[in-house]
Amino acid sequence: MEQIVKTMSLKEQLSDQFQRHRDIIGRNDTPLIAQAREQAFHRFMEQGFPSDHLERWRNTDLKRTLSLDYDQDIVAPALNTEVSNLLRCNIPHFDTFLVSLYNGWYISENGSWITRPDGIVIGSLAQAIKHFSTLVEESFARIGQATRNGLEALNNAFAQDGIFIYVPDHVSADQTIQIVSMVDHDRNLLLQNRNLIIMGKNSRLKLVHCDDSLNQQPSFTNTITEILLGEGAVIDHYKLQNINDNSSVISTTLFHQEANSQLSTHVTVLNGGLIRNDIYVDMEGENCTSDICGLYLVDKNQHVDNQVQVNHLKPYGTSNQLFKGIIDDHARAVFNGHVHVHRNAQKTNAYQSNKNILLTDKATVNTKPFLEIYADDVKCSHGATVGQLDQEALFYIRSRGISYDNARLLLMYAFAAEVINKITIEPLRLRMDDLVKKRLRGELSICDQCVLHCRTKENTVSFDIDMSKI
Amino acid sequence: MLIIKDLNVSIQDKKIISGLNLEVKAGEVHAIMGPNGTGKSTLAWAIAGNEAYTITGGSITYRGRDLKELSPEERASEGIFLGFQYPVEIPGVSMTNFIRTAINEQRKYRGLQPIPAPEFLAKMEENKKLVGIDSKLTNRSVNEGFSGGEKKKNEIFQMAMLEPTLAILDETDSGLDIDALKVVANGVNKLRSKDNAIIVITHYQRLLEYIVPDFVHVLYKGRIVKSGGKELALELEEKGYEWLKN
Ligand SMILES: Nc1ncnc2c1ncn2[C@@H]1O[C@H](COP(=O)(O)OP(=O)(O)OP(=O)(O)O)[C@@H](O)[C@H]1O
Ligand SMILES: [Mg+2]
Repeated sequence: MEQIVKTMSLKEQLSDQFQRHRDIIGRNDTPLIAQAREQAFHRFMEQGFPSDHLERWRNTDLKRTLSLDYDQDIVAPALNTEVSNLLRCNIPHFDTFLVSLYNGWYISENGSWITRPDGIVIGSLAQAIKHFSTLVEESFARIGQATRNGLEALNNAFAQDGIFIYVPDHVSADQTIQIVSMVDHDRNLLLQNRNLIIMGKNSRLKLVHCDDSLNQQPSFTNTITEILLGEGAVIDHYKLQNINDNSSVISTTLFHQEANSQLSTHVTVLNGGLIRNDIYVDMEGENCTSDICGLYLVDKNQHVDNQVQVNHLKPYGTSNQLFKGIIDDHARAVFNGHVHVHRNAQKTNAYQSNKNILLTDKATVNTKPFLEIYADDVKCSHGATVGQLDQEALFYIRSRGISYDNARLLLMYAFAAEVINKITIEPLRLRMDDLVKKRLRGELSICDQCVLHCRTKENTVSFDIDMSKI
Repeated sequence: MLIIKDLNVSIQDKKIISGLNLEVKAGEVHAIMGPNGTGKSTLAWAIAGNEAYTITGGSITYRGRDLKELSPEERASEGIFLGFQYPVEIPGVSMTNFIRTAINEQRKYRGLQPIPAPEFLAKMEENKKLVGIDSKLTNRSVNEGFSGGEKKKNEIFQMAMLEPTLAILDETDSGLDIDALKVVANGVNKLRSKDNAIIVITHYQRLLEYIVPDFVHVLYKGRIVKSGGKELALELEEKGYEWLKN
């Protein structure tokens, strides 16, 4: 009972905040955005936070997340340090163009609106409303019309800042762009960002997006990223999540693909109290491909939920989903992979696979592959497995003299490697490889060895077994 | 070297080995034969330390150490090698790295530094030649997609790389063509020395033409019911096991 009262109170607090500060929240809005915001607010008030009577929320319970009180900044607080102190990345040989969201607000050493020599425009969402108002208006209108759940509406009502990237037609980014969302606050924080990435015809982009916490303070992130791939556009998108055990991240990523575009998106969940990734892929043109991969490593009382929905709307599309997870202690994992092949999406190929290893009998997995096919000339397959570490393999390895701990590690790493090896940016792959090994050994922590963004130089780890050539 | 006294082994409360005695001295080759399902593999598992097989009585000592006290990996590092009747596939773990890790963990146990890379590579080359497997196999994941015969050769390859003092080969000859059989025999004979011992479990006297045993034992219903010299294998080939069953 008490929990429900608390839940109501977060909703009420948000309602109150919106009504009192709608002018400040919308101070940069165009009339269309303001209208979308208003509609979204009402929709959120109707729908509230998602609960288990929504099919897609059956296995993820937000009670614990919603039972806390949070602060939400409606104007950017003053930074009490130099931006350059916050932004540092120490992946060897990894040259990235770094932009960041610090407690939900855009920071960059290069200013809030940049046109790079290669023609790519990068800036804050607030700036984008001025420079590319139509694109932002369209985004707010799209999300505003979505009725999937109250969280998207809530984001549309409150989102003021985020990262905006525009890649003009025929431009290939000559550098990987890296977005780091850092939460570093001494009180509980609610963050709602909107990122918008627009890719022109035949453009190319590599994008790495990290969610990090820099301390153990609870936070609740409700973020939406929209990525629009123009005709023939190619994106390599990586998401890395390493947040503290007290925090929740609900991350919705919407990909819209025009004809002949190629999407590769890859999420690695290393740590987090509650992590929910909603990935939507709409193939709106013919002959699109998308590879959607994920690796999740959870333990203690953590909860991870990956929801993927691929909509094959046009013919000759190919989609490939590969999600793997290792679940330890009392942790829970959820996977829901939905492939929807629409009536005229002939010659579709859609594959899906979800494999899980449960390390204890208290760990749980809910996995649900779901194919919905309305076209007749298609190739689709799906499969899900849930198992323990292979005991026979474990004994075989030990019988050669390899210790129990290392034998386990070898098997877990071998399981994870299939997903890690899909990373095509070599320095990133090596780094992720290292992080996953550390994680599997229980040596990864969220702040003193933060992930890709690093304030302190990290010592390289060495393992007593060499796993480099597995 | 290996002394087994009044051994009793159960799996899931089912008694498989009861009152088995066996002594294997350094330099000896023992063959164990016997009908299907009489406990030959069970004996091998018990020596190697598979925890699913519970020792409910008796003892196994190896070079004076009670094996019950040692984990499977410690037994391996003490020099015991088991060639599996059904080698296990380990997707995602490359052969090369698996072997190197095993060698280095065993060396660590013995207080040695990791094997220098050139030495390791030279040893790999030498043993690949010995058992007639090529880099195509060693670059793959352990046993993954290997044919039956390739898996068996791979067991001998691992044995040659790890240089055990006691090798137990559980039906390594089954499913091998005649050339492969010679390869296996070569591998075993190379290991043969006055300091090492070998136990071969087999159904076929044919293997014993290549690996000539000092002793042949018949295991029946969890006990050794007859022991003899190499001529016992010939006798079994001729007469079967019927005559021993009472
Ligand atoms: N995991 C198990 N669960 C139940 N029974 C088992 C198990 N493993 C072995 N057994 C039984 O133990 C007995 C001995 O098996 P074992 O594998 O040792 O025989 P074997 O002599 O090696 O036979 P083969 O010549 O066919 O390889 C058999 O009856 C077998 O069914
Ligand atoms: Mg057997």
